[in-house]
Amino acid sequence: MPELMRWEDLGPGGVVTPSESPRPKTGDWRTSGRPELRLDGCISCLLCWLYCPDSAFVLEGTTIVGIDYDVCKGCELCVEVCPAGALEMVEEAEA
Amino acid sequence: MIAAEPQLLTGGEAVAHALRQVQPDVVPVYPITPQTPIIQTFAALVAAGDAHTEIVNVESEHSAMSAAIGSALAGARTATATSSQGLALMAEVVYIAASMRAPIVMAVGNRALSGPINIHCDHSDSMLIRDSGVVQLFAENAQEAYDLMVMAPRIAEHPDVLLPVLVCQDGFTITHAAEPVELLPDELVSEFVGPYRRADALLDVSHPGTHGPFAMPDYYFEFRRSQAYAVVAALTVVDEVADEFEGLTGRRNHALEEYRVDGADAVVVALGSSAGTIKDVVDELRTAGRNAGLVKIRAFRPLPSRQLRSLLADASDVIVLDRADSPGGAPPLAADVAFALAGEAAQLHSHVYGLGGRDLHPEAVRDVFLGQAPRYVGVRGDECRA
Repeated sequence: MPELMRWEDLGPGGVVTPSESPRPKTGDWRTSGRPELRLDGCISCLLCWLYCPDSAFVLEGTTIVGIDYDVCKGCELCVEVCPAGALEMVEEAEA
Repeated sequence: MIAAEPQLLTGGEAVAHALRQVQPDVVPVYPITPQTPIIQTFAALVAAGDAHTEIVNVESEHSAMSAAIGSALAGARTATATSSQGLALMAEVVYIAASMRAPIVMAVGNRALSGPINIHCDHSDSMLIRDSGVVQLFAENAQEAYDLMVMAPRIAEHPDVLLPVLVCQDGFTITHAAEPVELLPDELVSEFVGPYRRADALLDVSHPGTHGPFAMPDYYFEFRRSQAYAVVAALTVVDEVADEFEGLTGRRNHALEEYRVDGADAVVVALGSSAGTIKDVVDELRTAGRNAGLVKIRAFRPLPSRQLRSLLADASDVIVLDRADSPGGAPPLAADVAFALAGEAAQLHSHVYGLGGRDLHPEAVRDVFLGQAPRYVGVRGDECRA
């Protein structure tokens, strides 16, 4: 954790910018498996990227290239919305 | 110096014209007596194409202030208006606006809080949010309400302040009474207020940030301390903006106004429209050879305590008139003045007057000056037996 700030160093309203904020690995909250992406079946329609509440889908330009499991919480929304069947839930142990 | 032809306007209309000239980008607002004529007049001006403002018809004052926070932080100049129960409903969000340092300008038509339900003036609504960390300026008449409204964006948006600024005018006595008011030329107001720019605008997507973060015991206190600093810093800004405004108009709108305080033995301290009545009584008493004076407080928050102390230090009697009560404790202004004067020799007297729109007549003010008034001035059953 960064050192605690003095009150004079808080900007107006204490706005927190991304550089000041550690990126917690919320991926370890997953309890019921993880989505796996078959890249050869993916059509990069970006629905998964749009629906993902954790911004876990990694893009290169407008092409989906993978999932960041440090932040994916395993909610399965992407699997539900994928029109190409390129995503499926797998047990962590089998992943 | 700008000399304008006075127009006959109510305080509400005068403030609506100030809003038209200030041109807020967004005004989320909900109607309530006696604020309604402010926003009704302003809405008509917007409908006529005289201001580019987006008026948002929200479903409550709670929503009005919530929308105002988002808008002000997004980088839009934002104003709203309310009274009484509206301010009470909004109170929760007023604290948040101050904490998020949202420079919202708000016109308040002061009105008694229920119950019993009443629509007329007292200051209990303003006092309810006394400790929220907003700036509260009180007008004596329609001209001052207009002047303070033109000054308000400059104070609110100042980088040392970035806080909501409330311009309070007594309900009906000012909001609905027509007086001659000098409006400044539109271009001059627009030049005076300048553009609103903020470095960390919410809609500046190239510089994202979390506004209003959760603060646990390790940070909440630092947030509150930094807010308190900004409110105190506003005192300097109020007087600087008032200096500049005086340069343009010749009208003084500083944090405190002293009226015949030099050599005064008995000095009344008061807020709002009753200052007009008190000035008349001071003149009358002075003519009769009594050394009476008035200190009118425009900036109730932040309160210029040090200046107040130096103005009142030589008086033998300091008489505080509160238009709000704190049952079982000291009325708000009396408590503030007592704190400012701690250790001074002046005898402090506290009176509550005018609750729910009860008039304060010159005879009663005279009795107050002469030490012949009861603690609750003008209430039936407490007539002074002196």
